[in-house]
Amino acid sequence: MTSRTETAPSSSGGDPDPGVTASGPGSSSRLLSAGALESVRRNLGLVVVLLVLYGIGAFSRPDIFLHLDRFWSNELTVLTLASSIGVVAIGMTFVIVSGGIDLSVGALLALASVWSTTVATQSYGTTVMITTALLVGTAAGVVNGLLIAYGRLAPFIATLAMMVAARGLAQKISGKSTQVVQGGGIPDIATTKIVGVPLLVLLFLAVAGAGWFLLNRMTFGRRAAAIGGNLEAARLAGISIRRTQVLLYALSGLCCGIAAVMVTAQSNAGSSDHGNLYELQAIAAVIIGGTVLSGGRGTIVGTVLGVLVLTSITNLFIVNNLPIEYQLIAQGVIIVAAVLIQQVPSDALRRRPRRPGTVPVLSQENS
Amino acid sequence: MTGPLLRLSGIVKQFPGVRALDGVDLEVQAGEVHCLLGQNGAGKSTLIKVLAGVHRPDAGVLTWAGAPTTFAGPAAATRAGIATIYQELDLVDDLTVAENVFLGHEQRRGGYVLRGQMRRETHAILERLGHSDIPVGRAVGRLTPAGRQIVSMARALSHRARLLVMDEPSAVLAQDEVDNLFRVVRGLTDQGIAVIYISHRLDEIREIGDRVTVLKDGRTTARDLPARSTSTAELVRHMTGRTIEYIFPDRSGRSGRTPGAAVLTIDRLSRAGEFQDVSLTVHAGEIVGIAGLVGSGRSELLESIFGARKPSSGSVCVDGRPLPGGRVSSAVRAGVGLAPEERKSQALLMQQQIYRNVTLASFSRFATGGATRAASERAAAQAVCTELHLSTSDVDRPVRTLSGGNQQKVVLGRWLLRTPARRGTTSGTRVLLLDEPTRGVDVGARAELYRLIRSLADDGLAVLMVSSEVPEVLGLADRVLVMREGRLLHEAAAEDIDEAQVLDLVMAGSEQTEGTR
Repeated sequence: MTSRTETAPSSSGGDPDPGVTASGPGSSSRLLSAGALESVRRNLGLVVVLLVLYGIGAFSRPDIFLHLDRFWSNELTVLTLASSIGVVAIGMTFVIVSGGIDLSVGALLALASVWSTTVATQSYGTTVMITTALLVGTAAGVVNGLLIAYGRLAPFIATLAMMVAARGLAQKISGKSTQVVQGGGIPDIATTKIVGVPLLVLLFLAVAGAGWFLLNRMTFGRRAAAIGGNLEAARLAGISIRRTQVLLYALSGLCCGIAAVMVTAQSNAGSSDHGNLYELQAIAAVIIGGTVLSGGRGTIVGTVLGVLVLTSITNLFIVNNLPIEYQLIAQGVIIVAAVLIQQVPSDALRRRPRRPGTVPVLSQENS
Repeated sequence: MTGPLLRLSGIVKQFPGVRALDGVDLEVQAGEVHCLLGQNGAGKSTLIKVLAGVHRPDAGVLTWAGAPTTFAGPAAATRAGIATIYQELDLVDDLTVAENVFLGHEQRRGGYVLRGQMRRETHAILERLGHSDIPVGRAVGRLTPAGRQIVSMARALSHRARLLVMDEPSAVLAQDEVDNLFRVVRGLTDQGIAVIYISHRLDEIREIGDRVTVLKDGRTTARDLPARSTSTAELVRHMTGRTIEYIFPDRSGRSGRTPGAAVLTIDRLSRAGEFQDVSLTVHAGEIVGIAGLVGSGRSELLESIFGARKPSSGSVCVDGRPLPGGRVSSAVRAGVGLAPEERKSQALLMQQQIYRNVTLASFSRFATGGATRAASERAAAQAVCTELHLSTSDVDRPVRTLSGGNQQKVVLGRWLLRTPARRGTTSGTRVLLLDEPTRGVDVGARAELYRLIRSLADDGLAVLMVSSEVPEVLGLADRVLVMREGRLLHEAAAEDIDEAQVLDLVMAGSEQTEGTR
């Protein structure tokens, strides 16, 4: 039997409170909370990485990166490249914040693109095609969610199964052939520009904006973060875990449906090969962005920056005509580096020896 | 007889803020079963850890087999021949019996593990324990609790232990399994092995023990009492009476007051294997305390009232309206709040801000159309934190930076928060369920929590609390219920029952026959 007075010392050892009461009155006047400051700092780190990548570009291809016109058009290429993977990564951010993972996103994208471009679907016109893609993605996401929430499968296993099965279903429907889109409605999405900015990029930004609002300003985002932060605590606070989980994976599926329309528009065709390795790219972008894989905390701005970092690397290799192998190696290095850099500060805080009577680092940071 | 195998004299272990051991004397002879008795917080766990080499004492002498010794670490204690079997058995479920027995000291030649030899030796050890029936190749996860206990003992023997420390080995066992355990223990002592046996059940101590040493507040209050002939009254007397001051809010003048209306009514609530036929009522303004050991079903009872577990039969009513079993959200809507036993793993989002933890159960009530309103959440959290005298006024600090007492206040604040009124929800919390409210809270902060809980009741809340610290239940509650093995045994007004009586009931067995005191 563990006893109370014996366990007490460990928690009373570094009681931080005396120092904070002193700093309390002043702290109410500051503009940003500690958490907000930390995420700003992390995002600034990613901006620095992007600047470094720009520097490398300016050094290796000054003809592109130092001319405003060419640079702008190159950046639009990067953003367009980033748009479909970015939309998928926004949905993935929610899933990871809730402590889950969705490995099926690439396969769902392929399934949605194939389903929405069959001869039968195409006969109904553009609107039905888009609706089909969104519905197929969402429905498959709901299946993921039901398996996880009610079937009690680990998210990794449920979505791994879905990844294999959805890709197979996509191949079955398309007969492994490319389904060219007839008519102009869908391809127009890829070519339309609004005030010089491609519609695809605007779509990505719109999804990111909606995602930011949903995660940071809506009860749904709070539930996701609570579940990821401490499932048992969320349950004992009366939060409906299962419904939230189903909605989370449905949201990820919906993002896949949106991305499927975007990819179909770009390639002018539906194919069971679309979205290959998107799950890894999306997870990488979320992790680089600073969302914790164990859940509880996440940032949409970070995910957007993470996607930009990944695609900027790809772009650098393309404009320098370097082989794709190196690009993959560089992406791997970036993933590790990003996580390592983000670990340093929080670990340094944790390892600080806790002497009785000293004020922990965090409260000093506050004041 | 030669000198004792183990002798502790004046052992002191100081932790920041608390002196866990404050002069422990203990003497164990080879071949005896020496029982260690003491209430929660008496220092038993710390003492075990000193013996196991986990803690090094700050003062005092540990004499092992005639020579003063300090253990550099757990490995040194194991090498010397002290094996500890903790309450939470540290076995790996997916490994086989033989692999568990030799875990960490596998027999090998070069890098090659001698599986056959390990199996044979495991079988030999099990035979020595009288349990050659346990298949050495079976995964430990598939054994019964009793079987796992035997495997733990086999592991100790594989280290050639001369002293076996067993922390409440019978807590998870059925009666016939306990009998078998005793047979095994006697077999060991016949082979000259010494056993330190820790248990709360006096009848067990009488049956298996040779001598008893009693700890209280980190001190030895009685040593080497004969286990069979010492009366319960004497043992309990050595265990009770505190020197550490528990400061409880004044209850005088309360006894005349009539309690308010019945708020929480539980009728014949049962959950298979956990508790049976529990009926109780808590009135507005009243604190009801349940005393009972870990494993008596008390936490399970609270969680079932709250809907976190689904009861197999019986009903829970709040203000006369029945709650559907097994739905936390309904309980919360009806105005029930729970501060669970394991604060960190069951109640708090350690990384998130204070206000988010305070509003965890209610943020959707602040929201309009799904959009959260952080400003009003912060303001409400701020108000409740001020009311609870939380040490910081900054509700944006992460909860992990708070001390245990303040973290508990955050959990309490969650249920005391004033939320915007919504249709179908009660205006506020009516019933507060507290499971071990002062666990991990240091002595100084406890008094404040006690005051707080009392003032909440004075404001009309119905409070049902559970604690394994008897003085806490007696000092804080208006009415005391004693729970053992899933049943409520006894009910009394707090002023009509004393610590010794509660301990008697809680520790089971022989007391009914002993009767008057």
